[in-house]
Amino acid sequence: MSTLHTVNKSPFEKDSLGTCLDFAGSGASVLLIEDAVYGGLAGTRIAPRVKAALDSVKIYVLGPDLAARGFAEERLIPGISVVDYAGFVDLAAEHAKVQAWL
Amino acid sequence: MSEPIKKFLYLNRRAPYGTIYAWESLEVVLIGAAFDQDVSLAFVEDGVYQLTKGQDTAGIGMKNFSPTYAALGDYEVKKIFVEQESMTARGLSLDDLQHLTWEDEDEDYAEKDSIQVVSRAELAALMEDADVVFSF
Repeated sequence: MSTLHTVNKSPFEKDSLGTCLDFAGSGASVLLIEDAVYGGLAGTRIAPRVKAALDSVKIYVLGPDLAARGFAEERLIPGISVVDYAGFVDLAAEHAKVQAWL
Repeated sequence: MSEPIKKFLYLNRRAPYGTIYAWESLEVVLIGAAFDQDVSLAFVEDGVYQLTKGQDTAGIGMKNFSPTYAALGDYEVKKIFVEQESMTARGLSLDDLQHLTWEDEDEDYAEKDSIQVVSRAELAALMEDADVVFSF
């Protein structure tokens, strides 16, 4: 079983997302929560880096955090999935462990 | 006794909700508005995210304070500067932001735009010109 990585910092303020993507092994999952949801948006300075990572990891965004910040799911990079809190729990249960990138 | 009016610049560099900075800044701005100073707000880096429209915090159990920005005009806060470079880096345009206005009582309460998009160089000049800069 693989690892679920969670990231909660804006990619423009701190490179937690970049570091996470560097460390995440092939087949891992990355869940963007809180201010990290900005990292899932298309058309940003860091979007190419995130898009490239989709070749080896699955990327999810926590929907309620995205909605709180005023963005529709359509604004996400294609290939990124949206989950709700129950989906967060499912992801945690499906993976061997959860590793947080703060 | 009348004190000289000072130029206050509130510098907002953080996204809303992930930290308390954005909300705290807004509270200080509203309190400060009572003191009749020359107030400007600047939104730079992740601060530009504070002004996005359509924020819906029902799912995260936090207060949605974004409607409060629309009230700033009533508090005579009518100079809101948003940095172009920060918006570009985040794939944002003016359309993604709330339409903030103030009413000009000298022109029969004509509604005027509060937000001005400025370059980093223009914002640097505004900072230079300010008497006090409050950082959030």
